[in-house]
Amino acid sequence: MSALPPAAAGSAAHTGGYVADPRIRWQEWLPWVLAVAAFFGAPDYLSLGARILIFILFALSLDLILGYAGIITLGHSAFFGVGAYVAGILGAKLGVTDPLVQLAAAAAAAGVLGVVTGAIILRTTGLTLLMLTLAITLVFLEIANKATSITGGADGLAGVVVAPVLGLFRFDLYGKTAYLYSLAVLFVGWWLVRRLIYSPFGASLTGIRENAVRMHAVGAPVYARMVAVYAISATLAGIAGALLTQTHQFVGLNVLGLEPSGELLIMLILGGVGRIYGAFVGPFVYLIAQDYLAKQFPEYWYFGIGLILVLVVLFARGGILGIVDAALARLRRPSA
Amino acid sequence: MNAILETRALCKSFGALVVADNVEFRLAPGARHALIGPNGAGKTTLLNLITGRIEPTSGEILLGGEPITGLRPAARVKRGLGRTFQINTLFRQLPVIDNVALAIAERDGVAGGMFRPASRQRAVIEEALALLATLGLADDARARVADLPYGKQRLVEIAIALGLKPKVLLLDEPAAGVPSLESHRILEVLDGLPRDIAILIIEHDMDLVFRFAQRITVLSQGAVLTEGTPAEIGANEAVRQVYLGERHG
Amino acid sequence: MEAFLSSLVSVAFHGLAYGMILYVISVGLAVTMGLMGFANLAHGVFAMAGGYILTSSLQHTSIPFPAALALAFFAVAAGSVVLERTLYARLYGAGELEQVLFTIGLIFMAVAVARLIFGTLQAPVMLPDYIRGQYPLFGREFPTYRVFLIAVSGAMIAALWFGVERTRWGAMVRAAVDNRPMAQSVGINTRRLFTLTFALGSGLAGLGGALGAEIVAVQPTYPLEQLVFYLIVVAVGGQGSLRGPLVAALLIGFSDTALKYWLPQFGAFFIYVATIALLLWRPMGLFGRRV
Repeated sequence: MSALPPAAAGSAAHTGGYVADPRIRWQEWLPWVLAVAAFFGAPDYLSLGARILIFILFALSLDLILGYAGIITLGHSAFFGVGAYVAGILGAKLGVTDPLVQLAAAAAAAGVLGVVTGAIILRTTGLTLLMLTLAITLVFLEIANKATSITGGADGLAGVVVAPVLGLFRFDLYGKTAYLYSLAVLFVGWWLVRRLIYSPFGASLTGIRENAVRMHAVGAPVYARMVAVYAISATLAGIAGALLTQTHQFVGLNVLGLEPSGELLIMLILGGVGRIYGAFVGPFVYLIAQDYLAKQFPEYWYFGIGLILVLVVLFARGGILGIVDAALARLRRPSA
Repeated sequence: MNAILETRALCKSFGALVVADNVEFRLAPGARHALIGPNGAGKTTLLNLITGRIEPTSGEILLGGEPITGLRPAARVKRGLGRTFQINTLFRQLPVIDNVALAIAERDGVAGGMFRPASRQRAVIEEALALLATLGLADDARARVADLPYGKQRLVEIAIALGLKPKVLLLDEPAAGVPSLESHRILEVLDGLPRDIAILIIEHDMDLVFRFAQRITVLSQGAVLTEGTPAEIGANEAVRQVYLGERHG
Repeated sequence: MEAFLSSLVSVAFHGLAYGMILYVISVGLAVTMGLMGFANLAHGVFAMAGGYILTSSLQHTSIPFPAALALAFFAVAAGSVVLERTLYARLYGAGELEQVLFTIGLIFMAVAVARLIFGTLQAPVMLPDYIRGQYPLFGREFPTYRVFLIAVSGAMIAALWFGVERTRWGAMVRAAVDNRPMAQSVGINTRRLFTLTFALGSGLAGLGGALGAEIVAVQPTYPLEQLVFYLIVVAVGGQGSLRGPLVAALLIGFSDTALKYWLPQFGAFFIYVATIALLLWRPMGLFGRRV
């Protein structure tokens, strides 16, 4: 399905499989070290930091289905958005304020939606599948837009009440709690995704991506596996959405529809598809650049990301990490 | 002796076009059996009927004495019906060993595991390595399939099918596209396959067919023309007619 | 009852106009999908370009309205050839993901360029007097502009269908959609055929965008907002089909207009839901040919 070449074996990419060493390498601790260092070193940027962490989780969920299983979607925002609104409605309308309960509810709602929509759409392929993923997120956008009494409509849903985490850590004005809370959730999500990718299930996903016909021929339940990974991915996306609501105490329409899906795709492609840490690098670079550029130069910003997308597709299909890989490989073998 | 694979009055037609005409075919356990016939004789159609890729218009297919006619392809695989494809259908970007391990893991029912790392599936990996060794691919286990020469890719194709431990193995032109210098490797591998697997081979390379097969079935226009030992088939006038007819027509 | 019938006629009329515009815009995408298997999500960029060409020609120059329409068609077609030769052609053999990402990139660039040149506001359409006002038809008054639009679209559709059914080019397109290797082996220059067809499809999108500028506001996010409708038209109608997308476009035209008229509180909700249901029923679309 996907034709982006997965990274070569032995590179920094995490392709999973039966001969891949699943142990965590020292480089893999770098993002966490950096994240903790940023907490102490850049206290003014913690809300941007939390946003980056949340989108890393969101991108990670997309990498699972796109990079590993090869499912192309324009509608991953449906799960993000549903998670965001579930947390928001619980906190603003229903008086359910415990953040972990909100998170669990958002995860469950997005997961169920993932099973249901996955079961429906994953029997189709190509343009039809794209169209269906897009239509599903647009359905939710319409609902969020029109059901104003519950969702706040175009004004968004403000006043989402979120109680202290574990009853101990209040969400403060400086975003310290939000940052650490997001970091902790991301860490758990990362660990699960990583386990999954190195598992036999993960290997069978790459098999499906590479050649679904042959997977059928070796007796694999291809459809069931795809629905399963779609649901897992949806659950993670829903959690990311809920985090966004909780850290902003607000949820608006911009979590649903084509644009957040497209932006997410761009972030992941920019970082590198099907290698876990592309989902880290992409949102990091994208959101920092956006923070600096998008407000001052909105036209150039949009043009720039469009251009980068085109260039990545034409010349650098592994994204930033793919370029790093190639550079490192050249350094190691200067003669080659 | 009971046949391990049998078709009874198998028919398939697309409108007026009859592509399988009352095919009665029996494959003995442990057989080395070849299916030959001119282009368009219905060899691949028969294979697709047996594996369940297409449904017969009428007739029955039995595997180990049990009817499998209505089963889906994956269910037939589970019951021991393996096949290779005429055109390589491999996991090209994955290492050779993963190509085989994916199949073995499915057969063992461990392929859905989400938590324990795949590389800790010792039994799967050791079986895959052993299998690759018997096919002379041990040194290529970690190479990407796409980087292998074509002849070796054909062997990976066979390795995946063997990874499913089939009772019956259908080989669709295993030597197709392989340079003649390398095709002897394919024959060696075929000769070395476990004797308890019944093998049905479709092949255009008559040298390979006559050296490998103990029985040969000749198809012509969707129907069985004749069946016999290689010597009988080689001497059969009707078979020669069919092939001559093709050469002239 | 009288009032209901009257509004029914009105909805049908406006729905027809919108549906035909949608078809003129999307048919190119349906054909390029069927012919080249290329998922060109940036198809709406061509329609937007056509819209801007028309609105700025009418606003800043004195060229007559029909000439501005023709200009929209030819300029967009010519521009699309440049894009096709330099960029799209590199990705014909590529995977679907690359095509999707590449064309999303094009959309973002186009949105930015449009915003730079034309600002974020919707472009005003300065129609000449002779297509303003009302036009009497069957004892009723209809907006002249929409009557004109239906007539021109109808003529374009007729010409297109005639071209595909009766000309040598059409025969080659049909052959290549059915079986590309076969078409190549009988000596059809598929490369040139692709370019020509792509140009025609894009030109029609430009024309559709120009014609429909009154109905579908021309503004920078046009290619993003309209994308879903093109995708619905192609997916529901069936890739590589000419009739299917027309049926799908008219269905959208009628239902969208009707829903906006009678159930505005639901927006496009029902269209999306109906699309999902329809594609579950027929994954290849109403007139889809093959996988």
